[in-house]
Order: sequence, then structure tokens, then C-alpha cells
Amino acid sequence: MTSAAAFIRLAGVTKAYGEGQAAFLALNGVDLSIAAGEFVAIMGPSGSGKSTVMNILGCLDTPTAGSYEFEGVHVEELTRKQRALLRRHYLGFVFQGFNLLARTTALENVELPLIYRGESASRRHANARSALAQVGLAGWESHTPGELSGGQQQRVAIARAIVTNPAVLLADEPTGNLDTATSREIMDLLTGLNRDRGITVLMVTHESEMAAYARRIVRFIDGRVASDGAGEHPQ
Amino acid sequence: MIWNTLLLALRAIRRNLLRSFLTILGIVIGVAAVITLVTLGNGATKTVSDQIASMGSNLIMVIPGQGHGSSGVSRFRMSDAQAIRSEIGAAKSVAPVSAKSATAVYLAANWTTTVTGSTGEYFPAGNWELASGRIFNEIEERTGRAVCVIGETLRSKLFGRQNPVGSQIRVADIACEVIGLLKAKGQSAFGSDQDDTIVMPLATVQRRLTGSRDVSRLMVSARSGASLEAVKTQLGSLLRERRNLAENEDDDFRVMDTRQIADALTGTTKVLTMLLGAVAAVSLLVGGIGIMNIMLVSVTERTREIGIRLAIGALEREVLLQFLIEAVVLSSLGGLVGIALATASSMIIADVMAVPYMFDLQINVLSFLFSAAMGVIFGYFPARRAARLDPIDALRHE
Repeated sequence: MTSAAAFIRLAGVTKAYGEGQAAFLALNGVDLSIAAGEFVAIMGPSGSGKSTVMNILGCLDTPTAGSYEFEGVHVEELTRKQRALLRRHYLGFVFQGFNLLARTTALENVELPLIYRGESASRRHANARSALAQVGLAGWESHTPGELSGGQQQRVAIARAIVTNPAVLLADEPTGNLDTATSREIMDLLTGLNRDRGITVLMVTHESEMAAYARRIVRFIDGRVASDGAGEHPQ
Repeated sequence: MIWNTLLLALRAIRRNLLRSFLTILGIVIGVAAVITLVTLGNGATKTVSDQIASMGSNLIMVIPGQGHGSSGVSRFRMSDAQAIRSEIGAAKSVAPVSAKSATAVYLAANWTTTVTGSTGEYFPAGNWELASGRIFNEIEERTGRAVCVIGETLRSKLFGRQNPVGSQIRVADIACEVIGLLKAKGQSAFGSDQDDTIVMPLATVQRRLTGSRDVSRLMVSARSGASLEAVKTQLGSLLRERRNLAENEDDDFRVMDTRQIADALTGTTKVLTMLLGAVAAVSLLVGGIGIMNIMLVSVTERTREIGIRLAIGALEREVLLQFLIEAVVLSSLGGLVGIALATASSMIIADVMAVPYMFDLQINVLSFLFSAAMGVIFGYFPARRAARLDPIDALRHE
């Protein structure tokens, strides 16, 4: 994937932790291009750098060296504030641990990104309700995370990620805390969002079964891309 | 942006009601303590100055001794009073006073009180009025008859609701006829009950109670229009002469007018007020440390929250503003509740202590601002530290 129309392009991205002798390269010269509308699973053993590349792709972390282009914008040159604005307008996050605000209703959790975008109260409520309905949680708006099952919490998190209509949905082990049946539901949901709404989905997982939902699987080993190929037929 | 942030701050407060309550509690207690104590102190000061003013602005007190230790200093005599009366024209009334504590008995009831020996001039000089009966006359004064005028407290202790005039009571071992009842005056500036008193002719007290011809103080009231300073100067030189003080010797007595007495006494209560205020300020400080602790502890939980907010696109500035608004709202709320609590409690306590309720704007504003500052500082800085973390570090924070 080296088309000029690439939507996301990592070139020679390196991420080092620590300094001098103790320095550890979490990423070591990663090149990766992703086109709009793709569903990419990033796999690899622990410590392979798959989460690090995810954080860099999500503009949560910055590379030590190399370049990251997002729709032609060099993210590594952006300020902290510009990266926050990029997250606000283009990215949606789903985490392994759900990361919902405790003691806050599902509706308010989903509204949160809209508040930061300065949407009016009426649009906020309408959009949040429709996002919850899309993840199959209509009628659960006033429940707090403590009153929801793990799968439901992850659905709320997905609703929060898609309520802003992001270009890219980044999911870091979205099924890591869920049982197999629930995991499949969540994967169906992500697949549907990718197929029906054209949202680019980048997902980190270590489960082959979940990775099989993706159309493309990138494997990381020791901070490098070890293989990059079509999904459904993992090597 | 500010409205959205306000919304976020209010939501954050609402979903952490217990933590918010604990944060507020420290401020409420601190603010309420400071305001209550200072307000009551001011009320007490006001009471003291009011009572001294009620003694009359033209009253001069002469007491033996200089400063606080008066032992070994010669007392006054009845003749001093007579000399003042004849030599100083501007002195309207001169009341020599000698007092001793004694137990009064009527039927089965008894009560220990202060017996004041003086002349008829004591009553106008001390701003006393009669509720019923009469005061002693000149013959009774001169002969030292066993007659007495009693105060309201003593009446209620010995006679209940009965009219005491005409009854015989026993004071120490003097059988004594009650000839008058004084109108109630309430607490004195010294905190004692002024109505807990018996007034007898000076001669009676000297002969039968104290057994000495000493007079412990002189109360002189100046004629209206006369210069208080002039009267005081004349009193000073007359008494120096009568006490045979050499040119280079200091006065061995003090001449004070009501304003000076007021200053001396209100000075004491003002110092006490400041002392109490300082103690209360410590509690405000402790309250502030409570806020600090709760804020610091909650930052552990909130670091994650900050991470979430940053990840979904909040700017560092917005997160900080939210925390700042939260801290301001909580501290102000605490301050306002504290002021309300202080107002209620100082009104109630002022009523119980029989001092006036004196609203002090300055201390209200000051303690409010202090508590607000505490909340804001201790709410803001931990949040700033968290907001400056990389979102990924904040998210990983456990």
C-alpha cells in the first residue's frame, strides 16, 4: 500500500523509551500506509510495539523519529493543542478498559466529545441518542457504567467514539475484557460501522479470531512490521 | 466554551457528591468558625462599650493605686469625698464606695452578693433608678441605720416575685430593712451581674461589715457642661495635696473617665476577639489542608478522567478551566454555606450570651476569599499537573 492517496502514512517511525545504554526501541523504523475506509487489524505479541503504533496513530503519543502524515498533515510537527484538535475532529477511540467516566450516565458519556466540540444541547442530545441507538443501546441512556455489563460499556464507548462522525476509529484491544460471544457482537458492530459508514477502523488485538474480522492484518514483531496482508486468511 | 466548561464542571461535581461534600465541609467549618467567633467578639465589645456609655458620659472614677497592683496603697476616706464636694464646684455628685461580699438571708432563702456602702449620691452617679420604694436619706446615712436598697437579682433569689420593700432581711449579721428596689440593669462591662447587689449607707457598711473607715473608690459625676478634663485635673491636684504627695512623686491613685474605662475594657475584649479569631483562623487553615488532601487524593482517580478527556479531544486549557471552575464553585459554595451557618449560629449564640449580633462585612469577605483561594489553589495545581501529562500516561495512570 503505497498509493499517493494514502490517508495515513507512517514513514520510518521510531519510538524510543529511555536514553543511552538503557534505551529501548518500541518501534524501529515502521513504514505503514492506510487508505480511507480500510479495516486494519494490528497484531503481534506483547512488546512488539502494536500498542505504541496505535498511540502514535491516535495522536496520543509522538514518534521519536520518522514522519506521520494524516491526510497530508505532518502530525509530528503539530503542537499539543493541534493534535488535541485533530483527535477531537477526526478520531474516535475505543479502549480495552472502556474508559467511561464513572457515575456518569451513558448519554452524558456519549455527549462528552460533543460538549468539547461546542455543539448545542439539543443537537448533543439528539446525536448522542442516535449513536446509542446505533450500538443497540436505545433505552439505556440513563444507566451509569456501573449498571451496565462489559459488553454494554464497550458499546457506550463505541457510541462515544462515533458520535462525532470520525474519519478513523482506533480500537485498542476492544474485546480484551470481554467473553467470546460479546466479543463477536462488538466485532460485528465495528465491521458494520466500517462497511456502512465508511469509517476507517484500526484495531489492535492479539486474538486471531478477532483479527479475522479485518480486511487487512499487519503483524508487528520487535517494533517492526513483520507481515502485512489481506485478512480472513492469516498466515 | 465557558458555558460548555461550566456544564462539565457542574456534571463533575454532581457525579462526585460525597467528594464535593467533603471538600466543602472543611471550608464551611473554617469560614463558619472564624465569622462566628469574630462576630461574637465584636458583639461583646459593643456590649462593653454600650454599658460603659450607660454609666453616663460625665462619670469619673477615682481608684487608689496605680496600675494593677494596689496593695499597700492608702485608701480614700469619707473626708476625701466631702473635700471634693466642697472644693470642686463642677462636681455634681460624689459617691464614696466601699464594697464587701456577704450572704443575705430571707426566711429559708439565702444568697451571697456584693454589699455596696455609699451615699445617696451613688444612685444618680451610677445611673441607677428605683423600681419601687425609696433610697436612704441623710439621717440614715449619718447614723448608719441598717436599711438597704436591693437589686433585681437579689429580689428574685430571696423574694421570688414578691415586693421586698418593707421586709427585714439579714445581711451577714446585720438585720436590715429593705427600703427600695432598683430597676434591672443587666450584665456589667466586667461580665458580672450588676443587679446582684445590695446598697447600704456607707457608715453602716464601714462599721458593721468591713470594720474600717476605708473607701475603696470614689465616683464623681461632673455637672453637665463642665469640662471633664478640667474636673479630672482638679481632682488630681486636690487628691495629691490631701495625700501629701511630694512634687516628684507619682500619683498613687488613678482618675479615669468613662471613655478611658471603656477603652481599657474594650481593649481587653478586642484582644480576646483577635485571639479567638486567630484560633478560628487555624481551623480555617486546617479546613484548607482538608481541601488540599481531598483534592490531591481525588487527582489519582481524576488523572484517568483527564486522560479520557484529553483522548477524546479536550484541550489542556479546557480541562484546566473545568477544574478551576469546579474548585471555584465548590469553594464559593462552601464559603456561602459557611457564611450562612455562621450568621445563624452567631445570631443564636449572641442571643444566649445576651450580646448584640454585629455583622462584620470585612471578616465575612476575608474568610470567604481565603477559603475560595484555598480551594482554587489546591484544586488547580494538582489538575494542572495531570493536564500536562501526555494523554497516554494519564490514561495508564492507576
